[in-house]
Amino acid sequence: MYMHDEFDRTLIAERVAEFRDQVHRRLSGELSEDEFKLLRLLNGVYLQLHAYMLRIAIPYGSLSSEQLRMLAQVARRYDRGYGHFTTRQNIQFHWIKLEDLPDAMADLARVGLHGMQTSGNSVRNVTTDQWAGVAPDEVEDPRVWAEVVRQHVTLHPEFTFMPRKFKIAVGAAAHDRAALRIHDLALRLHRNAAGDVGFEVMVGGGLGRTPFLAKTIKPFLGKRDVLSYVEAVLRVYNQYGRRDNIYKARIKILVHELGAEAFAREVEQEWLAIRDGALALDPAAVAAIAARFRYPAYERLADDPVELMKARAANRRFATWHGNSVARHRMPGYAIVTLSLKAEGETPGDATADQIDAIADLADRYSSGEIRVGHEQNLVLPHVRQQDLHALWRALDVIGPTSGWCRTSSPARASTIAASPMRARSRSRRN
Amino acid sequence: MTSPLQQKMKVTGPVVVTANRLADGAVIYRTSDGRWTTELAAAAVVTRSEAATALLAGARADLRIVDCYVAPVELGAAGPRPGNLRERIRAAGPTIRLPGEAEAGKLHVYA
Repeated sequence: MYMHDEFDRTLIAERVAEFRDQVHRRLSGELSEDEFKLLRLLNGVYLQLHAYMLRIAIPYGSLSSEQLRMLAQVARRYDRGYGHFTTRQNIQFHWIKLEDLPDAMADLARVGLHGMQTSGNSVRNVTTDQWAGVAPDEVEDPRVWAEVVRQHVTLHPEFTFMPRKFKIAVGAAAHDRAALRIHDLALRLHRNAAGDVGFEVMVGGGLGRTPFLAKTIKPFLGKRDVLSYVEAVLRVYNQYGRRDNIYKARIKILVHELGAEAFAREVEQEWLAIRDGALALDPAAVAAIAARFRYPAYERLADDPVELMKARAANRRFATWHGNSVARHRMPGYAIVTLSLKAEGETPGDATADQIDAIADLADRYSSGEIRVGHEQNLVLPHVRQQDLHALWRALDVIGPTSGWCRTSSPARASTIAASPMRARSRSRRN
Repeated sequence: MTSPLQQKMKVTGPVVVTANRLADGAVIYRTSDGRWTTELAAAAVVTRSEAATALLAGARADLRIVDCYVAPVELGAAGPRPGNLRERIRAAGPTIRLPGEAEAGKLHVYA
């Protein structure tokens, strides 16, 4: 988990107070809708067909059980008792009243959650691999770099009103679990031939009406230069991106029209002018951010404990679930467990307040109180002892059939639910 | 030359004036006595440009609403029905079943 500091807490609290005043002035008629719309879009508030929607960022997809319970409370108190986990590590409440928004935001702020830059033409929530920090195949924990970028672009005055929204993802694993190439800007941590760790920089990816895979414009970028390079990409986009046509405003169109090589030259020129300035990263500053990521006090355990092997051999349903939903952890004796939020016939990513509370309880009991949200709209328990897997599965089996969530009651049903990361990925592409 | 603001609204059939309610975003319709209703059946239906312009002007003066516009309707025995898919969905609610609900929205009512 990342531990917010006083700066973050103050920033979020001040934003809630500011938004409360803006909502009050809108409701009193002091602000017109044209004036208010700009303000609400800085705070993740949309007006959709039937109601207001509040989008809350879950930076790098990491939540504590305390935060999860607060999301459930907000869903119950201010919405219709459910939330929707999105493909970009956010959660949305779709039926919230304008007059309730300040109170809901204040509740969320108490646990460090907010909707800043989850809408509008700003740099959106920086996302990463939902297995970050626990996956055995990653170079290092990409969340540290996602946090470095998040801190830099949060309320950055130059990038608050860009041509269009801007989505950044960071990955560090051999297997891409962060959907890097469908992002406006993607940073892939890897080790080069000399043994140094740095970033491959990709730009111009996206889905929607004009899908593109991002192109690599910098095969290897040193860690020191990551902020200056991100800044250079944003500046080039901010300068040349189209503002006359919303359908052609994303960076993917600019990269496509200009060509990746020409775009890279523009970025390089901008970058060379700023790379040795204030944005050159001090390793001590990065280390300070890294130190705020807390890992559980892992026990010294061995892989494949006897009780797990026995349970797999004795129970085919458990073995099926284990094969579908459990992945290797970087620490021996631990596992990563994926919980599907794609029950048959339900909207992918939807979870009721009761389900969210149940997951928070399971996280406390089996995963050191931590939950992850992935772009596949599933939840993850990232620190489960392998010896606890059977007990966890039994707990899920009890909750599943009654809640319509995470059903594991039969092999046939397990095969229809996106219980495994692989199945979840294939479904996610269709959604 | 006529400015765009003075251009006459083109109305070729029955229309209503609709918006979202400021407080909660609910879909609402303008009534003939200058109030708002969530029931399309109770909305004021006009068929001429001048009447639609007047209805819209009165609605837009109300600060408690958002995104006000003229929407087409069809007239049936049971009153006005939405005139296009967007308005059908707005009137009937979500097309998917929400968590905790027994069934999807009422789209079939207008289908």
